[in-house]
Amino acid sequence: MATISLKVNEKSHVVDVEARTLLVELLREHLRLTGTHVGCDTSQCGACTVWVDGKSVKSCAMLAVEADGAAVTTIEGLSGNGKLHPMQTAFHTCHGLQCGFCTPGMVMRATELIQRNPNPTEDEVRHGLEGNLCRCTGYHNIVKAVLTAAETVRGGAQ
Amino acid sequence: MSDQGLGASVARKEDRRFLLGKGRYTDDVTLPNQSYAVFVRSPHANAAIRSIDARQALAAPGVLAVLTGEDAAADDLGGIPCGWTITSKDGSKMVAPPHPALVKGKARHTGDPVAMVIAETRAQAKDAAQLVEVDYDPQPAVAHLNAAVANGAPQVWDEAPGNVCFDWHLGDAAATDAEFAKAERVVAIDLTNNRVAPNAIEPRAANGYYDDVEDRYTLYTTSQNPHLTRLLLAAYTLKVPEQKLRVVAPDVGGGFGSKIFHYAEELLVLWASKKVGHPVKWTSDRSEAFLSDAHGRDHVTHAELALTADGKFRALSVRTLANMGAYLSTFAPAIPTYLHATLLSGPYVIPAIYAEVKAIFTHTVPVDAVRGAGRPEATYLLERLVDKAARELGIDRVEIRRKNLIQPDQFPYQTPVALQYDVGDYPATLDMALQAIDYGKFAERKAESEQRGKLRGFGISTYIEACGIAPSALVGALGAGAGLYEAATVRVHPTGSVTVFTGSHSHGQGHETTFAQLVNERLGIPIENIEIVHGDTDRIPFGMGTYGSRSAAVGGSAIYKAVDKIVDKGKKIAAHLLEANVADVEFEDGKYRVAGTDREKTFGEVAFTAYVPHNYPIDTVEPGLEDSAFYDPKNFTFPGGCHLVEVEVDPETGVVEVVDVAIADDVGVIINPMIVDGQAHGGLAHGIGQALLEECVYDTEGQLLSGSFMSYTMPRAADLPSFKVGNHVTACTHNPTGIKGVGEVGAIGVPPAVINAVLDALAPLGVTHLDMPATPEKVWRAIQAAQGGAA
Ligand code: FES
Ligand code: FES
Repeated sequence: MATISLKVNEKSHVVDVEARTLLVELLREHLRLTGTHVGCDTSQCGACTVWVDGKSVKSCAMLAVEADGAAVTTIEGLSGNGKLHPMQTAFHTCHGLQCGFCTPGMVMRATELIQRNPNPTEDEVRHGLEGNLCRCTGYHNIVKAVLTAAETVRGGAQ
Repeated sequence: MSDQGLGASVARKEDRRFLLGKGRYTDDVTLPNQSYAVFVRSPHANAAIRSIDARQALAAPGVLAVLTGEDAAADDLGGIPCGWTITSKDGSKMVAPPHPALVKGKARHTGDPVAMVIAETRAQAKDAAQLVEVDYDPQPAVAHLNAAVANGAPQVWDEAPGNVCFDWHLGDAAATDAEFAKAERVVAIDLTNNRVAPNAIEPRAANGYYDDVEDRYTLYTTSQNPHLTRLLLAAYTLKVPEQKLRVVAPDVGGGFGSKIFHYAEELLVLWASKKVGHPVKWTSDRSEAFLSDAHGRDHVTHAELALTADGKFRALSVRTLANMGAYLSTFAPAIPTYLHATLLSGPYVIPAIYAEVKAIFTHTVPVDAVRGAGRPEATYLLERLVDKAARELGIDRVEIRRKNLIQPDQFPYQTPVALQYDVGDYPATLDMALQAIDYGKFAERKAESEQRGKLRGFGISTYIEACGIAPSALVGALGAGAGLYEAATVRVHPTGSVTVFTGSHSHGQGHETTFAQLVNERLGIPIENIEIVHGDTDRIPFGMGTYGSRSAAVGGSAIYKAVDKIVDKGKKIAAHLLEANVADVEFEDGKYRVAGTDREKTFGEVAFTAYVPHNYPIDTVEPGLEDSAFYDPKNFTFPGGCHLVEVEVDPETGVVEVVDVAIADDVGVIINPMIVDGQAHGGLAHGIGQALLEECVYDTEGQLLSGSFMSYTMPRAADLPSFKVGNHVTACTHNPTGIKGVGEVGAIGVPPAVINAVLDALAPLGVTHLDMPATPEKVWRAIQAAQGGAA
């Protein structure tokens, strides 16, 4: 057992975890933040994507102890107080989600993507999302949502 | 018409919780004193189990129990039943071997569950599962169809000699033979339809809880049809009456067929919960999903088409071997028979058809419905064969189809393989798709690709499918063990808001929005005031669930019928309030009006009066405003259309890029165009995945080589283009909504269009055949073989 302290969605936590506990297990099982999902066991699907110190990370591929001292943001903390981030709004208006299972990971990854590249092409969005699987949407409307959100955010920044 | 009714692309009501990370999926449910189950699964495809030693596992920290097939048998747990019985050509019933929830004495596929370890934490259960010692005696296994029917093949079941489950046929053999005997041209093809894994991104999970105070069981499960699961638990497996069972399918992260079936784990967590006195939760790993979710497809087919010299179809003859896996999953026998052979006429006039289907046991995971289920297999073989015929006869591939399409004035059209199509306009969708892809300029695009060293190909598929399943009496006559109606209850509250309880289940389809739109269309109530409840057997009277693109067509029709009853009752109340004859009262735009006058009452006033019946026809009308309906469809619905694909192949590497996809579908009346398009997109990705990337590969010993997302290639965003989706509507003639269904069209229509496009691209190199998936390696090898042969 190790004691780690970290911030999750702006809130400080001190938790005891086993050395083998994954970050996603810490989030889902210890902190009951079940918005972060698990879709595979080989770090391939991206359903578990969160931000660690502002960078998107597959939380199934990181040990909880590695997050000691870090600031983690999950889908629950992306925007806060029940409001939608422009990326979440764009997923809603563009029908970028169906079953919703890949959605938290997609939204976290996509939001980081447009932060790094505020004006991506369709091709850049498609390649940028390569670490995230969706079985429902065929990606068509996810790509549309990401382009729409990028446009909204650019517009807002002007 | 309201701006939220039929035809309105309103954004989904259910999105908010998913976008905020507040969805409630099965694995998110953790109950007080929760314990966790992990399964010990057979690493061998065929092995006798000599002994199981659980002593070390039982002594491990946190372990509550280790349960085996012996324990299940001692408690008289039922085996997993198969819900469909096929009768062979010779009149005998199919072989339906036992399917124990935990095997006893013998494992028949890799992944067969041998023991169940329950512990206080998931990690403890995982650790302890490693400590269960199973003494296996591995024996020769068989995984592939052609090997399984060969002489001397290992036998999966003693009671199924030659591994044959059933040997079935459909159509008129004599008429078909006669056509072939006088045929001017005959074209033949040999094909496989690759085995695929469903891979909903949410893995299956089940959380079972036995309440010993109430003597009642609750199951949270990733199901597309909680009532069906409850029915099978009650009648066959747990053997506890329905009122003592609650099955909840909360938010479910995609199904694609794989979550229809009643699986062993659902039964076992309930049973184990009673034994250990804790709720028991099991959540599948992805690699476990590959070994325990039912797979799809896996056919080997020989087909022949008889034609006139100028390309008119005269007859079709098909011989298919269909892999069932080691056990019969819930709907398995229906897939290669009544959902496959009945579709072999496609959208064409083919005067005679004869199909033989042999279902074969192998030492593999059971095979059942995956998105499309039988219909993709039929469409694939027919559309490949039609393309081949066009090439051999020297007829344009579009023209040979146009020439043989059923014309709009030929409906209702009776096919030679049992189905009667009610309505459609196949030339219209063909033209619409050709226009969308700008077919006239294909040659220019091909030349442009060539300049970049790429081979461009154009692929076409004109298809129909049968969905909105299905008339109960018909499926009963064909061997189904259940009815296939749908149920709905519509409850109008005193202040005029509405709750709908539906037996359909939404796991991505968006029913919370589209069903509310249906009610809005009829009653004029804003969708914000309409709640759709699904997925809980304690709240919903009954239901048959969601599969076979049936929810809008069948579940939606049940809602319409229940609304009809509400409207009718409201008329009586309104007539009383308006002092008019019931026959004179009309209902339109949310208002009851005395015909030809401006005397009216709003629906809200009538609803309120129903619950506050002071001035009320109390002698003839009961208070309250709630009604239920069961809708049993009169026929299948028949969506159809045309799917076009353009690919570029790199002849150096064999890499295929899908550069354009344009489709035109007729899915009947559309509730929400945005959602319908989304369903088409998802199906297209699924179908392109099958055509180019996906395959469950077994080795000859029955080991699954593609058992994780590392080795099983799922379509990703960069593998696909954006899609051009068009719709041409002809309304279904036999249900009250006119809806046909859209969930599967992409997966059904597009795979042959992709492969036809690849073969078109490779035609100049002399490649004439490919099997799915057309991976770079396979394409490259085909090019080498063709070039080598030419040299
Ligand atoms: S759960 Fe699949 S990548 Fe993390
Ligand atoms: S919305 Fe279902 S997996 Fe993406």
